[in-house]
Amino acid sequence: MTVDEHARRHPEVWRRFSPRQTLVRYAWYLGIVFVAVWSVSNLDIPWFYFLDAHTQAGDLITRMIPPDWAYFDEILDPLLETIHIATLGTAITFFLAFPVAILAARNISPNAMTWFVARFILVASRSVNTVVWALLFVAIFGPGPVAGIWAVAARSIGFVGKLTAEAIEEIDEGTVEAIEATGASRLQVLMIGVIPQVLPVIYGTMIYRWDINIRESTVLGFVGAGGIGIQLYASINQFAWREVAVILLAVFGVVIVSEFVSAIIRQRIN
Amino acid sequence: MTTSTRWRPPKLIANPLHRHGLTLLVVAYLIWSLGTLDIDWNRTAQGMGRAGDILARMFPPDFTRWQLLVRGLAESVQMALAASFFGMILAIPLGLCAAGNLAPKPVYLAARGIISLTRTFHEVVIAIFFVKIFGFGPLAGVLTLIVASVSFIAKMLAEDIENMSMSQVEAVRATGASFPKLLIYAIAPQILPRYLGVSIYRLDANVRHSTVVGIVGAGGIGQTLAASFSRYDYDFSLAILLTIIALVFAGEFFSTWVRGQLR
Amino acid sequence: MLTINNLVKVYPTGKEALSGVDLTVSEPQVVAIIGSSGAGKSTLIRCINRLVEPTSGSIVLDDTDVTALSRRGLRRARRRMGMIFQEYNLVERLTVMENVLSGRLGYVGFWRAYLRNYPPEDIAAAFELLERVGIAGYEDTRADALSGGQRQRVGIARALMQRPDLLLVDEPTASLDPKTSRQIMRLLCELAHERGTPALVNIHDVALARTYADRIVGLHDGKVAFDGPADALNHEVLTDIYGEEDWSTTLADAEDGAGKPDRRLHDEVEHEAAAG
Repeated sequence: MTVDEHARRHPEVWRRFSPRQTLVRYAWYLGIVFVAVWSVSNLDIPWFYFLDAHTQAGDLITRMIPPDWAYFDEILDPLLETIHIATLGTAITFFLAFPVAILAARNISPNAMTWFVARFILVASRSVNTVVWALLFVAIFGPGPVAGIWAVAARSIGFVGKLTAEAIEEIDEGTVEAIEATGASRLQVLMIGVIPQVLPVIYGTMIYRWDINIRESTVLGFVGAGGIGIQLYASINQFAWREVAVILLAVFGVVIVSEFVSAIIRQRIN
Repeated sequence: MTTSTRWRPPKLIANPLHRHGLTLLVVAYLIWSLGTLDIDWNRTAQGMGRAGDILARMFPPDFTRWQLLVRGLAESVQMALAASFFGMILAIPLGLCAAGNLAPKPVYLAARGIISLTRTFHEVVIAIFFVKIFGFGPLAGVLTLIVASVSFIAKMLAEDIENMSMSQVEAVRATGASFPKLLIYAIAPQILPRYLGVSIYRLDANVRHSTVVGIVGAGGIGQTLAASFSRYDYDFSLAILLTIIALVFAGEFFSTWVRGQLR
Repeated sequence: MLTINNLVKVYPTGKEALSGVDLTVSEPQVVAIIGSSGAGKSTLIRCINRLVEPTSGSIVLDDTDVTALSRRGLRRARRRMGMIFQEYNLVERLTVMENVLSGRLGYVGFWRAYLRNYPPEDIAAAFELLERVGIAGYEDTRADALSGGQRQRVGIARALMQRPDLLLVDEPTASLDPKTSRQIMRLLCELAHERGTPALVNIHDVALARTYADRIVGLHDGKVAFDGPADALNHEVLTDIYGEEDWSTTLADAEDGAGKPDRRLHDEVEHEAAAG
């Protein structure tokens, strides 16, 4: 073995990455930092606000204590309304998301056109936030829980539909083949061969979405679509911080309980 | 032949008492909820006509004020990018503290408490508080999105750390490595791919959420949208909505692509 | 009964799975189709009920040209062909009875199927079949709670519920243990003979094929390389179909399990002796 060969086989310096790889990595880091700096600087952030932010926040919290417990009686009905909006909205979703999901699943959608339209519905439904949907439905149905229910449904179609379509795309094709081989019609294949396979996924997704919807329903009142949000918005605007504290605690309780319930039901489905 | 020839189709819920009970419960719930909800049926009935009216006024979408649109859009994207960046960084310490297998019990409980508290409240609720503290504008929006991102990424991070292989950590600890060294040699390699994946997903979620914090005055295209709605400028609203949909679609495409590259 | 003429299938990838297959089944018999993986066995079976769309050629069942049918006509034709699968392809989350009754889907309308409201004679026939295939009493068990052998019995019952004129069987035993495989093959062949239904059976296991089938068709590279009675299978034929290999144990296995000593051919025995 010559000295050269030895040096090549046993170099004294070992590097995990080649210089080129290192360069690329640092270019990525630099790019990310650059994007972050550009974003922040372009937002015109008034940095001096941070100077007294902690006193402001502290002030806010001290004004919330003690919570005005007597106010709880008044928010009981709005709290129930919030839960109703989430539940009824999710229930409507079940009927609307199903056909869209079937058309949006590549393997059973009748043709490229139906697939595209269904996919567009799913993307549109998910891109538009529940609160934005609520704006639209308040314009249509006027202020109140009906707008909220439809807003929740409109946003949930995309969520439930997308996950269901993905589940349909992953079903066992053999079963579908077997049902087709009996001479069954398209609808029958769908009903016997496809739907039983994805039903657990649909139930699970619906329950999961229900507990997200509870959280979403708490703010629909900000745009007039019913629920506890109306009281929250009013109390904040009247600087009634001790009422705000009660509402927030109540919302916290409802959301935690609904999350717990949803987790238990989903566990039992599986 | 001894076998029975009667067959009843199976029911979803075998016990008839439970089955009928559930049906009854659902019907009772519907009556109760629809009865107690404060619904103005007259106004609702007009809805169909109104929907047609609004739809008619939405078409064709009005893109003539595109400068306004682009400005709002850019602000939303910048808010999302900045929030994702800071969210990613701040989530690391919180995530480590919230991992039951690394953090001491009191730290763990405190971190979990922060995560569930911030996760409970909707972005809009958090936004309205930041608006009260920092005034109207994108700062309140960015802070809202940062809070939501930190809590989301930290929760995922903590779960990944709790599910990672402890034997690798033990092996590195056996070499006499300190905790920071443990972090970079045994923990980071196991959780880094998922952490990056979750962060990229969060970027795409932030783009979506950035459109809504504007409704309470926290900046971004949501503010433009809310304004157009309140002025019954429905054709402009549709233009904004279509732009948001395109933006979310592009963001999702980008995040799927990046996550594909990370694998 | 079934006549296949010059059947060709080229997949979109350019792979030619079948390159001119001719096959006639004119009496109720069990026809085993053997051949190495990729020889086109599965494609052939699936072309007959057009789960795979043939590229050219004709398939005539009695007097219907299956290849020329519209969607609606195809569904009618499929009702007359029962199919049995390697992975059973049951609807796992439905009960045994629902799976068996799904064999009648081609005959009942959508709502009857939705409400599981099948005619009483179908239900009676299903109970009879369950008993015949040996899973009486399991009608309300969900399919995912069954063993492999039991699932295949459900698969057989489902296919027979169609009262088919032809059985298409795709690797019925490939996912089963050796003992269950023999039981299933025996059951299949008995039922085909009982009901006078011809059956095309794709099968990997040459010994099983030779033991239970009446006739054997060997596919090689998308063409028929052998077509003859089960007992005409010998070393040369197997080499034609699969390529060079020592076939003595395979042939001996079939002899041991056959229980049909009258079919034993002298030249084969001699051959075995020579090989051994």
